Amino acid sequence: MERKTVFPQRLLPYLLLAPQLLITAVFFFWPAAQAVWFSFLRQDAFGIRTSFVGLENFTELLADPTYHEALRNTAVFATAVSLLSLGLGLLFAVLADRRIRGAGLYRTLLIWPYAVAPAVAAVLWIFLFHPQVGLIGRWLNGVGLGWDYKLNGGQAMLVVILAAAWKQVAYNMIFFLAGLQSIPPSVLEAAAIDGARPWQRFWTITFPLLSPTTFFLIVVNLVYACFDTFGVIDALTKGGPAKATETLIYRAYVDGRVNLDLGMSSAQSVVLMVVVILLTMVQFRYVERRVHY
Amino acid sequence: MSNAASTTEPGQRPDWLAHGVLALGVLLFVLPIWVVLMGATHDAATIGRGEVPLLPGGEGPANFAALFAGGRVGRMLGNSLLMALAVAFGKIAISILSAYAVVFFRFPGRTLAFWAIFLTLMLPVEVRIFPTFKVVSDLGLVNTHAGLIIPLIASATATLLFRQFFLTIPDEYVEAAKMDGAGPLRFFCDIVLPLSRTNIAALFVILFVYGWNQYLWPLLVATGEEVETLVIGMVKMIGSEANTEWNQVMAACVLALLPPVAVVLLMQRWFVKGLTETEK
Repeated sequence: MERKTVFPQRLLPYLLLAPQLLITAVFFFWPAAQAVWFSFLRQDAFGIRTSFVGLENFTELLADPTYHEALRNTAVFATAVSLLSLGLGLLFAVLADRRIRGAGLYRTLLIWPYAVAPAVAAVLWIFLFHPQVGLIGRWLNGVGLGWDYKLNGGQAMLVVILAAAWKQVAYNMIFFLAGLQSIPPSVLEAAAIDGARPWQRFWTITFPLLSPTTFFLIVVNLVYACFDTFGVIDALTKGGPAKATETLIYRAYVDGRVNLDLGMSSAQSVVLMVVVILLTMVQFRYVERRVHY
Repeated sequence: MSNAASTTEPGQRPDWLAHGVLALGVLLFVLPIWVVLMGATHDAATIGRGEVPLLPGGEGPANFAALFAGGRVGRMLGNSLLMALAVAFGKIAISILSAYAVVFFRFPGRTLAFWAIFLTLMLPVEVRIFPTFKVVSDLGLVNTHAGLIIPLIASATATLLFRQFFLTIPDEYVEAAKMDGAGPLRFFCDIVLPLSRTNIAALFVILFVYGWNQYLWPLLVATGEEVETLVIGMVKMIGSEANTEWNQVMAACVLALLPPVAVVLLMQRWFVKGLTETEK
Protein backbone atom coordinates (compact mmCIF):
# COMPACT_ATOMS: atom_id res chain seq x y z
CA MET A 1 0.00 0.00 0.00
CA GLU A 2 1.31 3.46 -0.90
CA ARG A 3 0.24 7.04 -0.33
CA LYS A 4 -0.55 9.11 -3.39
CA THR A 5 0.42 12.50 -2.00
CA VAL A 6 3.88 12.83 -0.52
CA PHE A 7 6.27 15.60 0.42
CA PRO A 8 8.99 16.48 -2.09
CA GLN A 9 11.95 16.89 0.32
CA ARG A 10 14.98 14.77 -0.48
CA LEU A 11 17.24 15.06 2.53
CA LEU A 12 14.68 15.16 5.34
CA PRO A 13 13.52 11.53 5.13
CA TYR A 14 17.09 10.32 5.59
CA LEU A 15 17.45 12.49 8.69
CA LEU A 16 14.19 11.11 10.08
CA LEU A 17 15.29 7.55 9.45
CA ALA A 18 18.83 8.03 10.73
CA PRO A 19 18.33 7.30 14.46
CA GLN A 20 16.50 4.05 13.90
CA LEU A 21 18.75 2.85 11.10
CA LEU A 22 21.87 3.71 13.07
CA ILE A 23 20.74 1.75 16.13
CA THR A 24 19.55 -1.10 13.96
CA ALA A 25 22.88 -1.31 12.16
CA VAL A 26 25.05 -1.05 15.27
CA PHE A 27 23.04 -3.21 17.66
CA PHE A 28 21.21 -5.60 15.35
CA PHE A 29 22.93 -6.31 12.07
CA TRP A 30 26.52 -5.94 13.17
CA PRO A 31 26.15 -8.33 16.15
CA ALA A 32 24.09 -10.76 14.09
CA ALA A 33 26.81 -10.82 11.44
CA GLN A 34 29.43 -11.23 14.15
CA ALA A 35 27.53 -14.16 15.63
CA VAL A 36 27.65 -15.88 12.26
CA TRP A 37 31.38 -15.10 11.89
CA PHE A 38 32.29 -16.21 15.45
CA SER A 39 30.42 -19.45 14.95
CA PHE A 40 33.14 -20.47 12.46
CA LEU A 41 35.96 -19.63 14.88
CA ARG A 42 37.49 -21.34 17.84
CA GLN A 43 39.67 -19.90 20.58
CA ASP A 44 42.34 -21.95 22.32
CA ALA A 45 42.02 -22.66 26.03
CA PHE A 46 43.78 -19.43 27.01
CA GLY A 47 41.84 -17.21 24.66
CA ILE A 48 45.01 -16.09 22.90
CA ARG A 49 44.79 -17.67 19.48
CA THR A 50 41.69 -17.84 17.36
CA SER A 51 41.46 -20.09 14.36
CA PHE A 52 38.93 -20.68 11.62
CA VAL A 53 37.34 -24.08 12.04
CA GLY A 54 34.58 -24.02 9.45
CA LEU A 55 31.47 -25.88 10.54
CA GLU A 56 33.22 -27.72 13.35
CA ASN A 57 31.37 -25.80 16.10
CA PHE A 58 28.07 -26.82 14.54
CA THR A 59 28.96 -30.47 14.03
CA GLU A 60 30.28 -30.67 17.57
CA LEU A 61 27.18 -28.93 18.92
CA LEU A 62 24.78 -31.19 17.09
CA ALA A 63 26.68 -34.29 18.21
CA ASP A 64 26.70 -33.20 21.86
CA PRO A 65 24.27 -35.31 23.93
CA THR A 66 23.80 -32.47 26.44
CA TYR A 67 22.67 -30.24 23.55
CA HIS A 68 20.16 -32.91 22.58
CA GLU A 69 18.96 -32.83 26.16
CA ALA A 70 18.56 -29.05 26.00
CA LEU A 71 16.61 -29.49 22.75
CA ARG A 72 14.36 -32.06 24.38
CA ASN A 73 13.86 -29.85 27.43
CA THR A 74 12.95 -26.93 25.19
CA ALA A 75 10.46 -29.04 23.25
CA VAL A 76 8.76 -30.34 26.41
CA PHE A 77 8.79 -26.93 28.06
CA ALA A 78 7.54 -24.98 25.03
CA THR A 79 4.79 -27.47 24.22
CA ALA A 80 3.53 -27.67 27.79
CA VAL A 81 3.66 -23.90 28.35
CA SER A 82 1.84 -23.21 25.07
CA LEU A 83 -0.86 -25.83 25.58
CA LEU A 84 -1.51 -24.85 29.17
CA SER A 85 -1.60 -21.09 28.64
CA LEU A 86 -3.59 -21.31 25.39
CA GLY A 87 -6.12 -23.69 26.93
CA LEU A 88 -6.69 -21.60 30.03
CA GLY A 89 -6.61 -18.36 28.03
CA LEU A 90 -9.34 -19.66 25.72
CA LEU A 91 -11.43 -21.00 28.61
CA PHE A 92 -11.36 -17.71 30.52
CA ALA A 93 -11.96 -15.67 27.36
CA VAL A 94 -15.04 -17.70 26.40
CA LEU A 95 -16.46 -17.37 29.91
CA ALA A 96 -15.62 -13.68 30.35
CA ASP A 97 -17.08 -12.91 26.92
CA ARG A 98 -20.52 -14.12 27.98
CA ARG A 99 -23.02 -11.63 29.21
CA ILE A 100 -22.69 -12.54 32.83
CA ARG A 101 -22.68 -10.16 35.72
CA GLY A 102 -19.23 -8.75 36.37
CA ALA A 103 -17.65 -9.87 33.09
CA GLY A 104 -15.73 -6.60 32.91
CA LEU A 105 -14.44 -7.03 36.45
CA TYR A 106 -13.29 -10.58 35.71
CA ARG A 107 -11.48 -9.32 32.62
CA THR A 108 -9.63 -6.69 34.64
CA LEU A 109 -8.74 -9.21 37.32
CA LEU A 110 -7.44 -11.68 34.75
CA ILE A 111 -5.47 -9.28 32.54
CA TRP A 112 -2.87 -7.92 34.90
CA PRO A 113 -0.41 -10.87 35.08
CA TYR A 114 0.63 -9.72 31.60
CA ALA A 115 2.54 -6.94 33.34
CA VAL A 116 4.48 -9.21 35.69
CA ALA A 117 8.10 -9.81 34.66
CA PRO A 118 8.94 -13.48 33.98
CA ALA A 119 11.58 -13.34 36.71
CA VAL A 120 9.07 -11.84 39.16
CA ALA A 121 6.55 -14.54 38.24
CA ALA A 122 9.23 -17.10 39.04
CA VAL A 123 9.82 -15.56 42.48
CA LEU A 124 6.06 -15.57 43.15
CA TRP A 125 6.04 -19.28 42.41
CA ILE A 126 9.03 -19.85 44.68
CA PHE A 127 6.81 -18.73 47.54
CA LEU A 128 4.22 -21.30 46.50
CA PHE A 129 6.46 -24.26 45.76
CA HIS A 130 9.63 -23.81 47.80
CA PRO A 131 9.99 -27.01 49.87
CA GLN A 132 10.61 -25.10 53.12
CA VAL A 133 8.96 -21.68 52.81
CA GLY A 134 6.43 -22.30 50.01
CA LEU A 135 2.72 -22.57 50.74
CA ILE A 136 2.05 -25.58 48.52
CA GLY A 137 5.57 -27.01 48.72
CA ARG A 138 5.34 -27.40 52.48
CA TRP A 139 1.91 -28.92 52.24
CA LEU A 140 3.13 -31.47 49.66
CA ASN A 141 5.96 -32.44 52.00
CA GLY A 142 3.52 -32.53 54.89
CA VAL A 143 1.40 -35.19 53.18
CA GLY A 144 4.56 -37.15 52.44
CA LEU A 145 5.02 -36.55 48.73
CA GLY A 146 8.74 -35.75 49.00
CA TRP A 147 8.58 -32.44 47.20
CA ASP A 148 11.83 -30.61 46.39
CA TYR A 149 12.16 -29.07 42.95
CA LYS A 150 15.78 -28.25 43.74
CA LEU A 151 16.66 -31.94 43.76
CA ASN A 152 14.05 -33.54 41.51
CA GLY A 153 14.38 -32.72 37.81
CA GLY A 154 10.79 -33.61 36.92
CA GLN A 155 9.40 -31.41 39.69
CA ALA A 156 11.71 -28.59 38.62
CA MET A 157 10.41 -28.80 35.06
CA LEU A 158 6.83 -28.79 36.37
CA VAL A 159 7.40 -25.61 38.41
CA VAL A 160 9.07 -23.67 35.59
CA ILE A 161 6.27 -24.74 33.23
CA LEU A 162 3.60 -23.58 35.69
CA ALA A 163 5.31 -20.24 36.36
CA ALA A 164 5.94 -19.53 32.65
CA ALA A 165 2.40 -20.54 31.62
CA TRP A 166 0.80 -18.59 34.47
CA LYS A 167 2.31 -15.38 33.16
CA GLN A 168 1.20 -16.01 29.57
CA VAL A 169 -2.49 -16.88 30.16
CA ALA A 170 -3.48 -13.21 30.37
CA TYR A 171 -1.89 -12.41 27.02
CA ASN A 172 -3.71 -15.28 25.31
CA MET A 173 -6.98 -14.35 26.94
CA ILE A 174 -6.75 -10.77 25.63
CA PHE A 175 -6.29 -12.02 22.06
CA PHE A 176 -9.01 -14.67 22.33
CA LEU A 177 -11.41 -12.03 23.70
CA ALA A 178 -10.63 -9.78 20.73
CA GLY A 179 -11.14 -12.76 18.40
CA LEU A 180 -14.45 -13.70 20.03
CA GLN A 181 -15.76 -10.18 19.74
CA SER A 182 -15.15 -10.17 16.00
CA ILE A 183 -17.42 -13.19 15.48
CA PRO A 184 -20.79 -11.91 14.29
CA PRO A 185 -23.48 -12.82 16.85
CA SER A 186 -25.92 -13.57 14.01
CA VAL A 187 -23.98 -16.70 13.07
CA LEU A 188 -24.30 -18.06 16.57
CA GLU A 189 -27.96 -17.02 16.79
CA ALA A 190 -28.71 -18.85 13.55
CA ALA A 191 -27.08 -22.00 14.90
CA ALA A 192 -28.98 -21.66 18.15
CA ILE A 193 -32.27 -21.38 16.27
CA ASP A 194 -31.32 -24.51 14.33
CA GLY A 195 -31.07 -26.24 17.70
CA ALA A 196 -27.29 -26.48 18.12
CA ARG A 197 -26.34 -26.90 21.75
CA PRO A 198 -23.76 -24.47 23.25
CA TRP A 199 -21.06 -27.14 23.31
CA GLN A 200 -21.75 -27.99 19.65
CA ARG A 201 -21.84 -24.30 18.71
CA PHE A 202 -18.48 -23.76 20.30
CA TRP A 203 -16.71 -26.56 18.48
CA THR A 204 -18.42 -26.19 15.11
CA ILE A 205 -18.61 -22.40 14.86
CA THR A 206 -16.69 -20.41 17.45
CA PHE A 207 -13.54 -22.51 17.52
CA PRO A 208 -13.08 -22.72 13.72
CA LEU A 209 -13.73 -18.96 13.41
CA LEU A 210 -11.09 -18.35 16.05
CA SER A 211 -8.49 -20.36 14.14
CA PRO A 212 -6.56 -17.34 12.79
CA THR A 213 -6.20 -16.05 16.36
CA THR A 214 -5.29 -19.50 17.64
CA PHE A 215 -2.67 -20.00 14.96
CA PHE A 216 -1.13 -16.61 15.58
CA LEU A 217 -1.05 -17.31 19.30
CA ILE A 218 0.58 -20.72 18.87
CA VAL A 219 3.52 -19.05 17.13
CA VAL A 220 3.72 -16.23 19.69
CA ASN A 221 3.55 -18.69 22.58
CA LEU A 222 6.29 -20.88 21.14
CA VAL A 223 8.50 -17.83 20.68
CA TYR A 224 7.70 -16.72 24.23
CA ALA A 225 8.44 -20.14 25.70
CA CYS A 226 11.69 -20.50 23.75
CA PHE A 227 13.16 -17.03 24.22
CA ASP A 228 11.39 -14.89 26.81
CA THR A 229 11.45 -17.36 29.67
CA PHE A 230 15.10 -16.96 30.51
CA GLY A 231 14.16 -15.01 33.64
CA VAL A 232 11.78 -17.72 34.86
CA ILE A 233 14.43 -20.41 34.58
CA ASP A 234 17.26 -18.28 35.94
CA ALA A 235 15.31 -17.18 39.01
CA LEU A 236 13.77 -20.58 39.77
CA THR A 237 16.22 -23.33 38.89
CA LYS A 238 19.25 -21.89 37.04
CA GLY A 239 18.79 -24.71 34.56
CA GLY A 240 19.13 -27.36 37.25
CA PRO A 241 19.00 -29.74 38.91
CA ALA A 242 21.59 -31.52 36.73
CA LYS A 243 20.54 -29.52 33.65
CA ALA A 244 16.97 -30.84 33.88
CA THR A 245 15.50 -27.41 33.05
CA GLU A 246 18.26 -26.14 30.77
CA THR A 247 16.61 -24.86 27.60
CA LEU A 248 18.41 -23.77 24.42
CA ILE A 249 18.53 -20.11 25.42
CA TYR A 250 19.77 -20.94 28.91
CA ARG A 251 22.42 -23.23 27.49
CA ALA A 252 23.65 -20.50 25.12
CA TYR A 253 23.90 -18.19 28.11
CA VAL A 254 25.84 -20.70 30.20
CA ASP A 255 28.29 -21.40 27.37
CA GLY A 256 28.88 -17.71 26.70
CA ARG A 257 28.86 -16.32 30.23
CA VAL A 258 30.12 -19.10 32.42
CA ASN A 259 32.21 -21.21 30.07
CA LEU A 260 33.33 -18.19 27.99
CA ASP A 261 33.19 -20.32 24.87
CA LEU A 262 32.42 -17.66 22.27
CA GLY A 263 32.53 -20.01 19.27
CA MET A 264 30.11 -22.53 20.74
CA SER A 265 27.85 -19.82 22.12
CA SER A 266 27.75 -18.08 18.73
CA ALA A 267 26.98 -21.35 16.96
CA GLN A 268 24.01 -21.70 19.33
CA SER A 269 22.98 -18.10 18.65
CA VAL A 270 22.97 -18.90 14.94
CA VAL A 271 20.82 -21.98 15.51
CA LEU A 272 18.40 -19.88 17.59
CA MET A 273 18.30 -17.17 14.93
CA VAL A 274 17.33 -19.76 12.34
CA VAL A 275 14.54 -20.95 14.65
CA VAL A 276 13.20 -17.39 15.17
CA ILE A 277 13.43 -16.59 11.47
CA LEU A 278 11.47 -19.76 10.63
CA LEU A 279 8.82 -19.02 13.26
CA THR A 280 8.51 -15.40 12.10
CA MET A 281 8.19 -16.45 8.49
CA VAL A 282 5.43 -18.89 9.38
CA GLN A 283 3.68 -16.08 11.22
CA PHE A 284 3.99 -13.60 8.37
CA ARG A 285 2.82 -16.02 5.75
CA TYR A 286 -0.29 -16.27 7.84
CA VAL A 287 -0.57 -12.49 8.23
CA GLU A 288 -0.32 -12.12 4.45
CA ARG A 289 -3.19 -14.52 4.01
CA ARG A 290 -5.21 -12.75 6.64
CA VAL A 291 -4.80 -9.44 4.81
CA HIS A 292 -6.26 -10.84 1.61
CA TYR A 293 -9.02 -12.71 3.43
CA MET B 1 -18.56 -6.10 24.08
CA SER B 2 -21.93 -7.72 23.66
CA ASN B 3 -22.37 -11.21 22.47
CA ALA B 4 -26.10 -11.28 22.16
CA ALA B 5 -26.31 -14.92 21.14
CA SER B 6 -25.19 -16.36 24.38
CA THR B 7 -27.72 -15.46 27.02
CA THR B 8 -31.22 -16.64 26.79
CA GLU B 9 -31.75 -19.56 24.48
CA PRO B 10 -32.34 -23.08 25.86
CA GLY B 11 -29.45 -25.40 26.55
CA GLN B 12 -27.44 -22.58 28.03
CA ARG B 13 -25.32 -23.76 30.91
CA PRO B 14 -26.11 -21.83 34.08
CA ASP B 15 -24.12 -18.74 34.92
CA TRP B 16 -22.93 -20.06 38.25
CA LEU B 17 -20.66 -22.49 36.43
CA ALA B 18 -19.05 -19.64 34.52
CA HIS B 19 -18.76 -17.61 37.71
CA GLY B 20 -17.20 -20.57 39.47
CA VAL B 21 -14.57 -21.17 36.81
CA LEU B 22 -13.78 -17.47 36.46
CA ALA B 23 -13.49 -17.04 40.22
CA LEU B 24 -11.11 -19.98 40.27
CA GLY B 25 -9.08 -18.28 37.55
CA VAL B 26 -8.98 -15.06 39.51
CA LEU B 27 -7.89 -17.02 42.58
CA LEU B 28 -5.15 -18.70 40.54
CA PHE B 29 -3.86 -15.29 39.50
CA VAL B 30 -4.31 -13.54 42.80
CA LEU B 31 -3.03 -16.22 45.20
CA PRO B 32 0.71 -15.89 44.38
CA ILE B 33 0.48 -12.12 44.71
CA TRP B 34 -1.51 -12.38 47.91
CA VAL B 35 1.11 -14.67 49.46
CA VAL B 36 3.85 -12.19 48.61
CA LEU B 37 1.86 -9.16 49.77
CA MET B 38 1.11 -10.77 53.11
CA GLY B 39 4.63 -12.15 53.45
CA ALA B 40 6.01 -8.65 53.05
CA THR B 41 4.23 -7.63 56.26
CA HIS B 42 5.79 -10.28 58.52
CA ASP B 43 9.23 -10.69 60.05
CA ALA B 44 11.93 -12.91 58.58
CA ALA B 45 11.63 -15.58 61.25
CA THR B 46 7.95 -16.25 60.54
CA ILE B 47 8.62 -16.93 56.89
CA GLY B 48 11.87 -18.74 57.57
CA ARG B 49 9.98 -21.20 59.76
CA GLY B 50 7.74 -21.85 56.81
CA GLU B 51 4.57 -20.51 58.34
CA VAL B 52 3.35 -18.87 55.16
CA PRO B 53 1.00 -16.22 56.53
CA LEU B 54 -2.23 -15.58 54.67
CA LEU B 55 -3.19 -12.60 56.83
CA PRO B 56 -1.37 -9.28 57.14
CA GLY B 57 1.15 -8.85 59.93
CA GLY B 58 2.48 -5.71 61.53
CA GLU B 59 5.97 -5.63 60.05
CA GLY B 60 5.07 -4.07 56.69
CA PRO B 61 6.39 -0.53 57.34
CA ALA B 62 9.49 -1.91 59.08
CA ASN B 63 10.23 -4.26 56.16
CA PHE B 64 9.96 -1.53 53.56
CA ALA B 65 11.99 0.86 55.70
CA ALA B 66 14.71 -1.78 56.04
CA LEU B 67 14.54 -2.44 52.32
CA PHE B 68 15.15 1.21 51.48
CA ALA B 69 17.83 1.68 54.15
CA GLY B 70 21.23 2.02 52.54
CA GLY B 71 19.78 3.44 49.34
CA ARG B 72 20.46 0.43 47.15
CA VAL B 73 16.84 -0.51 46.55
CA GLY B 74 15.91 3.13 46.00
CA ARG B 75 18.55 3.33 43.30
CA MET B 76 17.33 0.09 41.72
CA LEU B 77 13.80 1.49 41.67
CA GLY B 78 15.10 4.66 39.99
CA ASN B 79 17.09 2.66 37.45
CA SER B 80 14.07 0.53 36.58
CA LEU B 81 11.88 3.60 36.15
CA LEU B 82 14.50 5.32 34.01
CA MET B 83 14.96 2.23 31.87
CA ALA B 84 11.23 1.62 31.36
CA LEU B 85 10.51 5.27 30.53
CA ALA B 86 13.57 5.71 28.28
CA VAL B 87 12.85 2.49 26.39
CA ALA B 88 9.18 3.45 25.95
CA PHE B 89 9.74 7.05 24.87
CA GLY B 90 12.91 6.26 22.92
CA LYS B 91 11.22 3.53 20.92
CA ILE B 92 8.14 5.65 20.27
CA ALA B 93 10.25 8.64 19.17
CA ILE B 94 12.54 6.88 16.74
CA SER B 95 9.84 4.67 15.28
CA ILE B 96 7.31 7.44 14.71
CA LEU B 97 9.99 9.44 12.85
CA SER B 98 11.12 6.54 10.69
CA ALA B 99 7.53 5.53 9.92
CA TYR B 100 6.81 9.12 8.91
CA ALA B 101 9.81 9.09 6.56
CA VAL B 102 8.83 5.80 4.98
CA VAL B 103 5.17 6.74 4.46
CA PHE B 104 5.21 10.44 3.55
CA PHE B 105 8.28 10.66 1.32
CA ARG B 106 9.64 9.03 -1.83
CA PHE B 107 13.40 8.66 -1.88
CA PRO B 108 16.01 6.22 -3.15
CA GLY B 109 16.55 3.39 -0.67
CA ARG B 110 13.10 3.70 0.88
CA THR B 111 12.16 0.04 0.40
CA LEU B 112 15.58 -1.06 1.59
CA ALA B 113 15.24 1.02 4.77
CA PHE B 114 11.80 -0.43 5.41
CA TRP B 115 13.04 -4.00 5.04
CA ALA B 116 16.07 -3.34 7.23
CA ILE B 117 13.72 -2.26 10.01
CA PHE B 118 11.32 -5.10 9.31
CA LEU B 119 14.09 -7.70 9.56
CA THR B 120 14.86 -6.72 13.16
CA LEU B 121 11.60 -8.45 14.09
CA MET B 122 13.48 -11.66 13.51
CA LEU B 123 16.39 -10.86 15.83
CA PRO B 124 15.20 -10.60 19.45
CA VAL B 125 17.93 -9.50 21.84
CA GLU B 126 17.97 -12.87 23.61
CA VAL B 127 19.11 -14.59 20.44
CA ARG B 128 22.10 -12.39 19.63
CA ILE B 129 22.94 -11.63 23.23
CA PHE B 130 26.72 -12.12 23.38
CA PRO B 131 27.63 -10.48 20.07
CA THR B 132 25.46 -7.50 21.07
CA PHE B 133 27.14 -7.43 24.45
CA LYS B 134 30.52 -7.42 22.69
CA VAL B 135 29.52 -4.39 20.61
CA VAL B 136 28.33 -2.56 23.73
CA SER B 137 31.55 -3.47 25.50
CA ASP B 138 33.69 -2.31 22.53
CA LEU B 139 31.85 1.01 22.69
CA GLY B 140 32.69 1.24 26.40
CA LEU B 141 29.02 1.22 27.39
CA VAL B 142 29.03 -1.70 29.82
CA ASN B 143 27.52 -0.73 33.16
CA THR B 144 26.08 2.53 31.85
CA HIS B 145 22.48 3.56 31.40
CA ALA B 146 23.13 4.19 27.72
CA GLY B 147 24.38 0.64 27.23
CA LEU B 148 21.35 -0.67 29.08
CA ILE B 149 18.82 1.33 27.10
CA ILE B 150 19.96 2.20 23.57
CA PRO B 151 20.31 -1.35 22.18
CA LEU B 152 16.69 -1.99 23.17
CA ILE B 153 15.07 1.00 21.52
CA ALA B 154 15.08 0.03 17.85
CA SER B 155 11.68 -1.54 17.34
CA ALA B 156 10.14 -2.94 14.23
CA THR B 157 6.74 -3.49 15.83
CA ALA B 158 6.29 0.17 16.77
CA THR B 159 7.42 1.34 13.31
CA LEU B 160 5.03 -1.09 11.64
CA LEU B 161 2.13 0.09 13.80
CA PHE B 162 2.76 3.76 12.99
CA ARG B 163 3.23 2.96 9.31
CA GLN B 164 -0.07 1.08 9.25
CA PHE B 165 -1.80 4.01 10.90
CA PHE B 166 -0.16 6.69 8.72
CA LEU B 167 -1.38 4.92 5.60
CA THR B 168 -4.94 5.57 6.77
CA ILE B 169 -4.50 9.36 7.06
CA PRO B 170 -6.52 10.80 4.14
CA ASP B 171 -4.58 12.29 1.22
CA GLU B 172 -6.73 15.43 1.48
CA TYR B 173 -5.01 16.33 4.75
CA VAL B 174 -1.62 16.30 3.05
CA GLU B 175 -2.91 18.24 0.05
CA ALA B 176 -4.52 20.84 2.28
CA ALA B 177 -1.32 21.21 4.28
CA LYS B 178 0.72 21.66 1.13
CA MET B 179 -1.74 24.23 -0.22
CA ASP B 180 -1.49 26.18 3.03
CA GLY B 181 2.25 26.15 2.64
CA ALA B 182 2.89 23.87 5.62
CA GLY B 183 6.09 21.88 5.34
CA PRO B 184 6.50 18.25 6.38
CA LEU B 185 7.72 19.09 9.89
CA ARG B 186 4.79 21.43 10.50
CA PHE B 187 2.39 18.78 9.18
CA PHE B 188 3.99 16.22 11.48
CA CYS B 189 3.67 18.38 14.60
CA ASP B 190 0.20 19.83 13.91
CA ILE B 191 -1.62 16.92 12.30
CA VAL B 192 0.17 13.58 12.52
CA LEU B 193 1.29 13.76 16.14
CA PRO B 194 -2.14 14.70 17.58
CA LEU B 195 -3.82 12.02 15.43
CA SER B 196 -1.38 9.42 16.78
CA ARG B 197 -2.23 10.05 20.42
CA THR B 198 -4.10 6.78 21.04
CA ASN B 199 -1.45 4.74 19.28
CA ILE B 200 1.24 6.40 21.35
CA ALA B 201 -0.65 5.72 24.57
CA ALA B 202 -1.12 2.07 23.63
CA LEU B 203 2.52 1.64 22.70
CA PHE B 204 3.59 3.37 25.88
CA VAL B 205 1.89 0.73 28.05
CA ILE B 206 3.37 -2.18 26.13
CA LEU B 207 6.86 -0.70 25.94
CA PHE B 208 6.93 0.43 29.57
CA VAL B 209 6.15 -3.13 30.62
CA TYR B 210 8.73 -4.44 28.16
CA GLY B 211 11.44 -2.10 29.47
CA TRP B 212 10.64 -2.65 33.14
CA ASN B 213 10.60 -6.44 32.78
CA GLN B 214 13.92 -6.86 30.95
CA TYR B 215 16.05 -9.53 32.58
CA LEU B 216 18.77 -11.14 30.47
CA TRP B 217 20.10 -7.90 29.00
CA PRO B 218 20.51 -5.98 32.31
CA LEU B 219 21.93 -9.15 33.87
CA LEU B 220 24.85 -8.86 31.45
CA VAL B 221 25.19 -5.10 31.04
CA ALA B 222 24.52 -3.87 34.58
CA THR B 223 27.64 -5.26 36.20
CA GLY B 224 27.61 -2.85 39.16
CA GLU B 225 25.07 -1.47 41.57
CA GLU B 226 24.92 1.93 39.86
CA VAL B 227 22.71 0.74 36.98
CA GLU B 228 21.19 -2.43 38.47
CA THR B 229 17.44 -2.71 37.95
CA LEU B 230 14.87 -3.80 40.51
CA VAL B 231 13.95 -7.10 38.86
CA ILE B 232 17.60 -8.16 38.72
CA GLY B 233 18.36 -6.91 42.23
CA MET B 234 15.32 -8.68 43.65
CA VAL B 235 16.35 -12.04 42.18
CA LYS B 236 19.92 -11.48 43.43
CA MET B 237 18.57 -10.99 46.96
CA ILE B 238 17.58 -14.65 46.99
CA GLY B 239 21.24 -15.48 46.44
CA SER B 240 22.44 -18.18 48.78
CA GLU B 241 19.23 -19.62 50.11
CA ALA B 242 20.34 -20.44 53.66
CA ASN B 243 20.44 -16.85 54.89
CA THR B 244 17.91 -15.27 52.57
CA GLU B 245 15.70 -12.73 54.31
CA TRP B 246 12.52 -13.89 52.65
CA ASN B 247 10.38 -11.08 54.00
CA GLN B 248 12.73 -8.56 52.33
CA VAL B 249 12.60 -10.50 49.07
CA MET B 250 8.81 -10.43 49.27
CA ALA B 251 8.79 -6.66 49.85
CA ALA B 252 11.16 -6.15 46.91
CA CYS B 253 8.96 -8.43 44.82
CA VAL B 254 5.95 -6.23 45.58
CA LEU B 255 7.93 -3.17 44.47
CA ALA B 256 9.08 -4.91 41.29
CA LEU B 257 5.59 -5.83 40.18
CA LEU B 258 3.53 -2.83 41.24
CA PRO B 259 4.58 -0.18 38.67
CA PRO B 260 4.01 -2.21 35.48
CA VAL B 261 0.78 -3.69 36.86
CA ALA B 262 -0.41 -0.19 37.76
CA VAL B 263 0.38 1.09 34.27
CA VAL B 264 -1.52 -1.78 32.65
CA LEU B 265 -4.57 -1.45 34.90
CA LEU B 266 -4.75 2.35 34.70
CA MET B 267 -4.36 2.36 30.93
CA GLN B 268 -6.24 -0.88 30.29
CA ARG B 269 -8.34 0.49 27.43
CA TRP B 270 -5.35 1.63 25.36
CA PHE B 271 -3.33 -1.37 26.37
CA VAL B 272 -5.77 -3.95 25.02
CA LYS B 273 -6.22 -2.03 21.80
CA GLY B 274 -2.50 -1.51 21.41
CA LEU B 275 -1.61 -5.10 22.10
CA THR B 276 -4.07 -6.62 19.67
CA GLU B 277 -3.16 -4.11 16.97
CA THR B 278 0.64 -4.03 17.21
CA GLU B 279 1.17 -7.71 17.27
CA LYS B 280 -1.11 -8.63 14.42
